[in-house]
Amino acid sequence: MSPLLTVDDLRVSFPTRTGTVEAVRGVSFTLGKERLGIVGESGSGKSQTGRAIMGLTPSQARISAKTLAFDGIDLLSASARQRRSLRGKRVAMILQDPKYSLNPVMTIGRQIIETLRTHERVLASEGRARALAMLEAVQIRDPERVFDLYPHEVSGGMGQRVMIAMMLICGPELLIADEPTSALDVTVQLDVLAILDKLVAERGMGLIFISHDLRLVSSFCDRVIVMYAGRVVEELPSANLADAKHPYTQGLLNCLPTIGTHRHPLPVLERKPEWAL
Amino acid sequence: MTREVLSVRDMVVTFDEFVALDGVSLSVTEGQSFGIVGESGSGKSTLLRAVAGLNSFESGTLTVSGRRYSGHLRDKDFYRTVQMVFQDPYGSLHPRQTVDRLLLEPLAIHGFTDVDSRIARALDEVGLGTGFRFRYSHQLSGGQRQRVAIARALILEPKILLLDEPTSALDASIQAEILNLLEQARKDRGLTFVMVSHDLGVISHMCERLAVMRKGKVVEIVSVEALENRTFSEDYTRQLLVASEGFRRD
Ligand SMILES: Nc1ncnc2c1ncn2[C@@H]1O[C@H](COP(=O)(O)OP(=O)(O)OP(=O)(O)O)[C@@H](O)[C@H]1O
Ligand SMILES: Nc1ncnc2c1ncn2[C@@H]1O[C@H](COP(=O)(O)OP(=O)(O)OP(=O)(O)O)[C@@H](O)[C@H]1O
Ligand SMILES: [Mg+2]
Ligand SMILES: [Mg+2]
Repeated sequence: MSPLLTVDDLRVSFPTRTGTVEAVRGVSFTLGKERLGIVGESGSGKSQTGRAIMGLTPSQARISAKTLAFDGIDLLSASARQRRSLRGKRVAMILQDPKYSLNPVMTIGRQIIETLRTHERVLASEGRARALAMLEAVQIRDPERVFDLYPHEVSGGMGQRVMIAMMLICGPELLIADEPTSALDVTVQLDVLAILDKLVAERGMGLIFISHDLRLVSSFCDRVIVMYAGRVVEELPSANLADAKHPYTQGLLNCLPTIGTHRHPLPVLERKPEWAL
Repeated sequence: MTREVLSVRDMVVTFDEFVALDGVSLSVTEGQSFGIVGESGSGKSTLLRAVAGLNSFESGTLTVSGRRYSGHLRDKDFYRTVQMVFQDPYGSLHPRQTVDRLLLEPLAIHGFTDVDSRIARALDEVGLGTGFRFRYSHQLSGGQRQRVAIARALILEPKILLLDEPTSALDASIQAEILNLLEQARKDRGLTFVMVSHDLGVISHMCERLAVMRKGKVVEIVSVEALENRTFSEDYTRQLLVASEGFRRD
């Protein structure tokens, strides 16, 4: 059986005035109907990897890969039209920074309905009912009130869940979730993960879960990829996280504050230049 | 003797009909680090913003260093005493401003003249060399931006720092650096912290006491020891503690 997604030697670089920034430098992995976690520090290329799969790479960037294929479709040679129709319908991405991804002058409810309407013909009343049901599914307490709010009127965690609702309403086969729960409190975080988990199990969705929270990722995903400076430095089954070999991964595990341990100051990572080679 | 420096009594904040803070009370003593945890939308940011005068409160009292404040009016003196670091490092700094401009602004408002040495010292304190002084904030990583936001808050030498999820957008290694930086600043300057986080690990590391919030109310105030020994009374606090151990598939 061929995998849902194949990424082989993906590279993304940005020409800038001061030289080329190589954001992604030869990333390879495959994904089936499973949960794959991508962790790594800020700037390591996690979001740009996700965006390349979505076809949302900024136009000034250069992108190349030996293979970049979704369900047998070669993404790099697909037409703009073909990619647009994949996006949202079969492949969706929850973007980091929800407040910037939402339209500030449109109410939350209308935005969800518009998203639904770009993919399906629905009557206004049905659209409203489905948008409210989705807000409820992501554990928004009073969907009716939130439906009529503007993005600046919701809390950080609510904004994130609105984004999730928007992406899930179309029922994608592959979902890339970029830091989808970083602004959520722990109990809601688990509720949202449970929703995603159910979709993987019931609909056979493939999920790429991008996060900087290694502890959370390992408790949720089947496999974890660790990125550093644009490359994959380690790939591990979540259950074997304790066997991590790369000093960056080990450092990440070691510098988390936990309840009941008292380490002042916390250990910090000593980054070695050779990690970025 | 420990002196109360910040006191909130029966604070109520509403947006149209919606009650975002429903009679919140808490008291923070000098030099203390006080944590706030609670579910998304429970009013944590609203509470800090109401203290800082960024949204007004309808009823209740706010006392800071012995002075009473109401509504959302705060005088210049207030901001010499209280500064805030926001939840979102991407939104809180204007992207098209240089670090220099961002740090200069509060100094100019408060009429400081020794701006060069203060900016250099502030950058040094947060571990950013003077090489960062003329960078634009959109050229900084998330961790670097949060350092600039902290430098900006510390530059007026406040006594109280209100911290809204200062590390939730950062990876664990950078979070550790920022938490160490904040602890050091607190030690060096005898600062008082009020810190919001959804991560109980972070709160138990940084704070001595914490308030647990839910639906606009404080449901419980406990010491960190009580949290560690599980000698608290609210079921919701226990749920938070269990949830902080990670995802479980059942
Ligand atoms: N438009 C751009 N121009 C130049 N460089 C860019 C651009 N967009 C991203 N980069 C660079 O690409 C690299 C990878 O960025 P990316 O957003 O993928 O990081 P990330 O791993 O998602 O980090 P974070 O955890 O902070 O979200 C970074 O060094 C970033 O500065
Ligand atoms: N300007 C506003 N207009 C209307 N409602 C608002 C406004 N600001 C906040 N609220 C509401 O007040 C409630 C509390 O929001 P607040 O931002 O304080 O939550 P929070 O506890 O900080 O949550 P999070 O952990 O998600 O950041 C939310 O239901 C939010 O929708
Ligand atoms: Mg990113
Ligand atoms: Mg908040």
